[in-house]
Amino acid sequence: MSERQLVAGNIAVAMGAIAAGCRHYFGYPITPQSDIPAYMSQELRRVGGTFIQAESEIASINMLLGASACGVRAMTSSSSPGISLKQEGISYMAGSELPGLIVNICRSGPGLGGIDASQADYFQSVKTGGHGDYRTIVLAPASVQEMYDLTILSFDLSDRYRMPAVLLADSLIGQMKEALVARPASPPSDLPAKDWAVTGKLGRSDQRIVKSLYLGEGELEEHNWKLWRRAEELKAREQRSEGKFLQDADLIVTGFGSAARIAKTAVAMAREAGLKVGFLRPVTLFPFPEKAFAEATQRCKKLLCVELNTGQMVEDVRLSVARDAEVAFYGRPPGTGSLPTPEELLEQIRKHYGRGA
Amino acid sequence: MTTDFKPVFERPVSLKDIQTHFCPGCQHGLIHRLTADAMDHFGVQQTTIGVASVGCSVFLYEYFDIDVVEAPHGRAPAVATGVKRARPDSVVFTYQGDGDLAAIGTSEIIHAANRGELLTAIFVNNTTYGMTGGQMAPTTLPGQTTLTSPEGRDVFLDGYPIRMAEVIAALDGAAYSVRVAVNNPKNILQAGKAIRRAFEYQVEKKGFAFVEVLAACPTNWGMSPLQANERVGAEMIPYFELGTFKDRAGDK
Repeated sequence: MSERQLVAGNIAVAMGAIAAGCRHYFGYPITPQSDIPAYMSQELRRVGGTFIQAESEIASINMLLGASACGVRAMTSSSSPGISLKQEGISYMAGSELPGLIVNICRSGPGLGGIDASQADYFQSVKTGGHGDYRTIVLAPASVQEMYDLTILSFDLSDRYRMPAVLLADSLIGQMKEALVARPASPPSDLPAKDWAVTGKLGRSDQRIVKSLYLGEGELEEHNWKLWRRAEELKAREQRSEGKFLQDADLIVTGFGSAARIAKTAVAMAREAGLKVGFLRPVTLFPFPEKAFAEATQRCKKLLCVELNTGQMVEDVRLSVARDAEVAFYGRPPGTGSLPTPEELLEQIRKHYGRGA
Repeated sequence: MTTDFKPVFERPVSLKDIQTHFCPGCQHGLIHRLTADAMDHFGVQQTTIGVASVGCSVFLYEYFDIDVVEAPHGRAPAVATGVKRARPDSVVFTYQGDGDLAAIGTSEIIHAANRGELLTAIFVNNTTYGMTGGQMAPTTLPGQTTLTSPEGRDVFLDGYPIRMAEVIAALDGAAYSVRVAVNNPKNILQAGKAIRRAFEYQVEKKGFAFVEVLAACPTNWGMSPLQANERVGAEMIPYFELGTFKDRAGDK
């Protein structure tokens, strides 16, 4: 299983999920993620799992809630409008302290929008789109290999912190084919036991209850603080990012997922042209890698954030660097023909590179 | 002096020894008991997972001594599907009210039944939203006054009450669908049998089973418990016919 294969990003997600021990998939058809349920419908049968094409996105997220409540690794995948419908269930999962993977192969919006590569759902994912004071883990792959690796990591983090995890990508990463080394995975040995999962009492004297309703005096406040503490722990321990050419950079280009992919090429072109340009890509969007940004801006005081939207992650970049660095933004809202080229980004790099901080 | 006493009536082991929060004359407590009796009958308390819904019955876990998952409003059949698929050897049931099952959750119940999920659904129809204070429900009778139908339900504006047991019976995936009431001893016995049969369908892996139970809501109907109980017989049963609409495994 460890030789190189040529596969599409969406398939890598499905393969990663199966490698991570996920045997339960619930979904509803929507472009551009339909390769995932198609693959799962075949492969899960082969490995003795469950595949359900649900009647709606709402039903599929609630099937995920039910399966996760039993302690198994389970997932759903969808795309933007479908993910909007799942927000209620994601909020309930967060409130019920349930792990589980939600894959969002974004399309463009608002509304029906289009099916082009898009990063317009950063806010919805990272700032959470459901009701209540909760957080979800959000990982942003930028290659087919990462689609596989981060799917596995999502399950591990989700189990460890008892929070739903969102894998945020788009059609560019989901549908392009690249080399993948599908390494076998095994969950970390120190993952906490799921001693909260419903199983039927089976001789236990205590009931197990998976719920999010807390009406007793002070109960809900304490519950919310507990969720907050877990999110703080996640922020302290699980920030991940990719950095390149940061040591001597006079301008750092940042972005996530597909935009970062294009930006990385533009940064390489800038380096070839003799410009001291660095590259910093958040891999975890929540927790946001604020430590990496704080460190990188010790020396370099200028950043350029590139996104396939009108400016969402840039807000977190600005929060991370406080007033220590100037943060410029270049974005292209999603739509047919709106994907920026490396040359276009190089032009932006040149524009901001020479400008004083 | 003989000490040869035998208990003839006991609390089911599946039910906790605890006072319920239900209003006087509410029949949830009774339906809980019948459900617990069915679990005891098949000896499945230790392997049963209940799925609670949103509404007056949300506190399922306070009264049943079993593992419970709380579902979002209307989604209990989808949550139960996930539970059952993850733990096929567990006995899984949903317990839902009329707003939950027949309005916001119509899609989930129809498709769980149509997939023939090995689940048992207990549907308590009291023609109103109890927890939120007595609004018009999908099962509110024509002309019935509620908080949101102050002039009475006008079928030309609000549509007609949904007969869920018949709707479920019409689905090829459903194996068992009945409507019962708990307004008199005879009907209570009948309801107990129906709920037991609905669990039997699951224990024997024979298919999706649905029990609609007509029940009183004195508080939101603005009636005394006795008046409310009488209304079940006088007004609800004539509209919501009692009976077995589907029993695929045949009579027993």
